Amino acid sequence: MDLYPLYNSLRIAGISTLIIFFVGIGAAYYIARAPRWIKGVLDVVLTLPLVLPPTVVGYLLLRVLGPRRVLGAWFFSAFGLRLTMTWWSAIFATTVVIFPLMYRTARGAFEAFDETLAWSAKTLGLSDTYIFWRVRIPYCRPGILAGTVLAFARALGEYGATSMIAGYTPGRTATISTTVYQLWRTNDDALAFKWVLVNMAISFVVLLAVNMLEQKNRNGKGKNAATRRH
Amino acid sequence: MPLLVDIEKSFGDFCLKVAFEAGRGTLALLGASGCGKSMTLRCIAGIIRPDQGRIVLDGVTLFDSERHIDLPPQERRCGLMFQNYALFPQMTVEQNLLAGARRTPRAERREKVKGMLGLFGLGELRGHYPDQLSGGQQQRVALARMLISAPRLLMLDEPFSALDSHLRFRMEQEVRRVTGAFDGPVLLVSHDRDEVFRMADRIAVVQDGEIDVIGDRHKVFRAPGTRAAAVLTGCKNISSIRRLPGGRALAEDWGVELSLPGPERDDVHFVGIRMHEVRPGDSGENAFVCRVVEVIENSFSFTVMLRPLEAAGENTPIGWELTKETWEGLRAEVVTVSLPPQALLQLTD
Repeated sequence: MDLYPLYNSLRIAGISTLIIFFVGIGAAYYIARAPRWIKGVLDVVLTLPLVLPPTVVGYLLLRVLGPRRVLGAWFFSAFGLRLTMTWWSAIFATTVVIFPLMYRTARGAFEAFDETLAWSAKTLGLSDTYIFWRVRIPYCRPGILAGTVLAFARALGEYGATSMIAGYTPGRTATISTTVYQLWRTNDDALAFKWVLVNMAISFVVLLAVNMLEQKNRNGKGKNAATRRH
Repeated sequence: MPLLVDIEKSFGDFCLKVAFEAGRGTLALLGASGCGKSMTLRCIAGIIRPDQGRIVLDGVTLFDSERHIDLPPQERRCGLMFQNYALFPQMTVEQNLLAGARRTPRAERREKVKGMLGLFGLGELRGHYPDQLSGGQQQRVALARMLISAPRLLMLDEPFSALDSHLRFRMEQEVRRVTGAFDGPVLLVSHDRDEVFRMADRIAVVQDGEIDVIGDRHKVFRAPGTRAAAVLTGCKNISSIRRLPGGRALAEDWGVELSLPGPERDDVHFVGIRMHEVRPGDSGENAFVCRVVEVIENSFSFTVMLRPLEAAGENTPIGWELTKETWEGLRAEVVTVSLPPQALLQLTD
């Protein structure tokens, strides 16, 4: 059994989760404090990839990144790089698809933040950077972690947009999900089943992790006892 | 005076407009919830930006709308303790204090935190997280954390409201110890008149975003001056009045004629008397024979609601608070009481 699809899936999911971790938290932080109407509009736009069919996301990405499209053509002429049909092309697809998951869970966590903690920190002379990293993020950590894990799991299972933008080339762009489809299509049922088991095992572990994090969020040192009373 | 505040801030159809000065000692802002007293503290701390005005502390201008000065909260050195104490939940007691000590040079921080832990009896709790502490312990940590940040002004926002009543009295003593020793102005916000009287030297009564009355605590309780201040300092019997010739007035809500002490004042539209100032028997002036409408038993006293016989129609009864022994010796359907002129509060709008 060639393990390249496992390796490729993990690195695509890993890199896109890393990107979305920072972008999602940044977007969540600013949008949570934005005026109502800006929040409303941005929220719809940024959540869209969650409800769109992955093929629609793939189509839209190809419209922008395809070799004869604006960005794709410019990249090719400037760097000699094709943005589609390489292993890392899938990162575009997974990043767009998992962004809403990270953004929404992080925003929920930021909105639950008790703002008096930040105010009180300011009166104590603590800098805004200190407050963000040492007060706000630790308070929101369980929510952010849950969002990260969920985003990673979704990235691992991405099929539609990935297959459109990266295709299926064994040993190059193959991921677990595209491999399963390919093996099923070519009647290699035994091998397809093995990959299905691998995928299920990973998803199981990831969801277990999410549940444990949420449990911790409810019972652990997530909230200040004095804050809870108000 | 070390602290000078003169600010305005609109918030929807609410308008805050306060001006006061404060020196060493405790000034309490007494008011109902939503009157703007907490907002005043937040404006001083730099959390809310006033629309216009000026805030000066120890000669340093913290805010001045005309000169476009608006120091960030970090540079104002104004300690503010929130109602819920706002301890950082992911930090231990010791880490909370260390966070508060970041204005202190790094080398001295640990030593200073150790001293503060000892001062507040928190040594054994240094490794605990806030949600493992009782309300009183949390308040001690909040006080210690505020003091360690070396503020020039202390502000306490409803400091006892999150505590159970049996803890309040004890924590009041601790807080008084801190505020008494603090070398600078202390502002206390509360809606509890007894707490305010015990804790403060001076009292400012805040009503609808404005300071109604400000002065020495004894003076404010003895002669509140306005109707709002009388209500907030606990006067429960208040009636509007109409002037009659000969220094007399008709108390419209009670339906009786009263003689008022002192010179006649045109701006006085209300009269009030505290429930415990009503006297039994006929002491000469302002004595009325009253029917007992209702008897309410309190934990350590009785409140008897009285309606003067001479009052026609449905009038507001007058409340009379007296000790259990006095009422039990008296118990009657009809009693005579006096409203001593010198105990009558003459109130403006």
